[in-house]
Amino acid sequence: MTTKNKPTKQKLTSILNSYERDPGMLVAILQDIQAEYNYLPKETLTHISQGLDVPLTQVYSVATFFKAFSLKPRGRHIINVCLGTACHVRGAGRVLEEIGRQLDIKPGETTKNFKYTMETVNCVGACALGPIVVIDGKYSGQLKTDKVKTLLESYD
Amino acid sequence: MAKRSNNRLSSPQALEALRESIIKARDSSQTCLVVCGGTGCLALGAADVIASFRRELKERGLESKVSLRVTGCPGFCERGPLVVIKPENILYQQVSSEDAAEIVSATVKGKIVDRLLYTDPDTKKKITYEHEVPFYKKQKRLLLGSNSNIDPNVIEDYLALGGYAALAKALSGMTPEAVIGEVKKAGLRGRGGGGFPAAVKWETCRNAEGDTRYIICNCDEGDPGAFMDRSLMEGNPHSVLEGMVIGAYAIGGHEGYIYVRNEYPLAVKNARIAIEQAEKLGLLGKNILGSGFDFSVKISRGGGAFVCGESTALMASLEGKVGEPRAKYVHTVEKGLWEQPTNLNNVETWANVPLIIKNGADWYGKIGSEGSKGTKIFSLVGKINNTGLIEVPMGVALKDIIYGIGGGIPDGKKFKAVQTGGPSGGCIPESLLNLPVDFDELDKAGSMMGSGGMIIMDENTCMVDIAKYFVNFLEGESCGKCLPCREGLKRMSQILADITEGRGKEGDIELLERLSAILIDTSLCALGSTAPNPVLTTLRYFRDEYEAHIKDRRCPAGVCKELVTYSIDEEKCPGCGLCVKACPSEAITDMGKKKPVVLDQEKCIKCDACYDVCKLGAIIRK
Ligand SMILES: Cc1cc2nc3c(=O)[nH]c(=O)nc-3n(C[C@H](O)[C@H](O)[C@H](O)COP(=O)(O)O)c2cc1C
Ligand code: SF4
Ligand code: SF4
Ligand code: FES
Repeated sequence: MTTKNKPTKQKLTSILNSYERDPGMLVAILQDIQAEYNYLPKETLTHISQGLDVPLTQVYSVATFFKAFSLKPRGRHIINVCLGTACHVRGAGRVLEEIGRQLDIKPGETTKNFKYTMETVNCVGACALGPIVVIDGKYSGQLKTDKVKTLLESYD
Repeated sequence: MAKRSNNRLSSPQALEALRESIIKARDSSQTCLVVCGGTGCLALGAADVIASFRRELKERGLESKVSLRVTGCPGFCERGPLVVIKPENILYQQVSSEDAAEIVSATVKGKIVDRLLYTDPDTKKKITYEHEVPFYKKQKRLLLGSNSNIDPNVIEDYLALGGYAALAKALSGMTPEAVIGEVKKAGLRGRGGGGFPAAVKWETCRNAEGDTRYIICNCDEGDPGAFMDRSLMEGNPHSVLEGMVIGAYAIGGHEGYIYVRNEYPLAVKNARIAIEQAEKLGLLGKNILGSGFDFSVKISRGGGAFVCGESTALMASLEGKVGEPRAKYVHTVEKGLWEQPTNLNNVETWANVPLIIKNGADWYGKIGSEGSKGTKIFSLVGKINNTGLIEVPMGVALKDIIYGIGGGIPDGKKFKAVQTGGPSGGCIPESLLNLPVDFDELDKAGSMMGSGGMIIMDENTCMVDIAKYFVNFLEGESCGKCLPCREGLKRMSQILADITEGRGKEGDIELLERLSAILIDTSLCALGSTAPNPVLTTLRYFRDEYEAHIKDRRCPAGVCKELVTYSIDEEKCPGCGLCVKACPSEAITDMGKKKPVVLDQEKCIKCDACYDVCKLGAIIRK
């Protein structure tokens, strides 16, 4: 299992309360829940819907509209490959392909052993270092395809 | 440092008194180590550098003598981590944590660490002072210039530089109409893309009917490859806040939001701290500076959708709904957030406001070009020597930016094009390098200012691939509400994929042009109606590249995988075997010492690894 912890009622309630149960804060609430559990477990969506008194369909449509949210459990390490323009012109596409080849997954997918999830992002604001890959929040810049293997091997 | 006051300031006089006491308590001749803690430098290891400095100062008992300031981004990301020694302004670049001890030793002795200075690539001379480095020298840094004097988490730093004086001036001596008048006279245009006159928007919002008015700061910055807004919000959040309060006063709004994308955690954090500090001092909240005016600001984090930067989508998202735009028969200044009059401006627009109020419209009007006043921040990225953030007066020629400030193209490659305006903008070719950069001139060239992304491309960039990149990006970001954008972009993306993958056919270019015309005329929001720009400008200036792909099945820049083959230049290859190791599909064979390697095109998956590792240029990619 990849979730850091199992969702509990108390935790969810405290997240909702920290935003005073304001339906306008739905996106922020989903972000906090995803930060806590690594993805959006199904039961949390129902809980939010009841807690904020907004239809489940609205919670679901917001949760699927924004790319940052995942309804599926994700791997222990989240790889974000920057595909912003600056990184693109410096060959980010090839880096993405190489990581995908090494891990045998496509963008948005998780390896079978739940070790890695590979996602793409549009500019993390460190364009000077492009092509750039962010793994668990740590930046690796000027990443050429030949350095991918060593980088991935440094995670366990 | 001045003792933090917990008292709310009750008048402009109280603010001035606090400012004086802060400045008095500070010794401007004291040595200060300024380390950039912006995202770029942090990615390069600035956190370790900061920790080492802290340790060094402590161990040597220098903490009271030498101060340490962690600031936002000064712009020269290419050379990070950056350290500046104040008050002299000595610039050290590419500093690592191991250098900290030496820098501290040298600094206390009044010496300079030569090896960490910047070397001018033209003259090969070392440059000691920050302001003498060509990258900085040719800029006009009205907004960014403060970044290195401010720890964004210390409001006293902002106050010491005259912060919130403009707000005091507006609240105590100007009517809301006078504030609007001043901004109008200054000619401030929105920095978020469209260049709409800010004062006109404010006035309409002020006069619109409603129970309340909302003031929003757009820090969504969805343009992939741009980070101006982030750096302002990270480095000088109080300047944005001050602008918002002044705007709120002029418009008559009491509630505000900063909409910032969640991919910018540091911007979120610094904005949050700034709001708390401003509230504590009574510069935000109830009865600001004793004037009776109330204004509060909340932060809302975006979910990372490009379309949410569009005004109506942003407001829908603020209401907790899906970020889909709506038709703007009724403008958001009349009915925006929660159906109330709402004024949305970009981060950089807000940050300009205190400057205008403080220094006056006449002063501001002298900077910039005829129709575009003030400065503009650009993120200069891609195939350029000095990647980073720059700020120049509007109207500066493109070539002065690219060669004067940017230091030209790396590795002796040839300049090909510059893309401005993000996905809604276009590519500008070499023949237009003398173009003055302002709202109107960029429009005329078929591109646009956009938020200020400037992506430099060299001869190894394929323009069809770039068009495909933007169309794919927008296809993914299209909210799908209206048909022309949803289906049109999909179709355009297919055609561009065909062209770049060797299936292009006669008539494709014309079809792209027809689809573009439809998108422009019939899309609901500007995402769709500006989406064809990258295609149309590359067609306008680089049509021959499209034709080479379609007719000759050739990618002149060597980028489009399906149209290139890899081979070995036997003259140049000494058989070092680096590529043999790098190749993931065993397509290259070592033929023994001093013999060129052999590449089997059947096995080659065109991953480019060999091209990357070979420093002798022996891999031919054609
Ligand atoms: C698809 C799309 C994305 C946009 N993204 C942004 C953005 O990220 N930041 C921004 O300030 N404006 C963005 N805009 C422009 C805003 O709609 C709006 O015009 C702007 O924030 C107004 O502020 P200004 O007048 O100060 O420029 C975008 C517009 C469109 C159509
Ligand atoms: S033009 Fe595109 S992004 Fe805008 S409303 Fe239509 S589908 Fe949505
Ligand atoms: S492009 Fe990749 S697969 Fe082809 S020869 Fe070079 S390293 Fe091997
Ligand atoms: S484009 Fe990758 S960090 Fe900006």
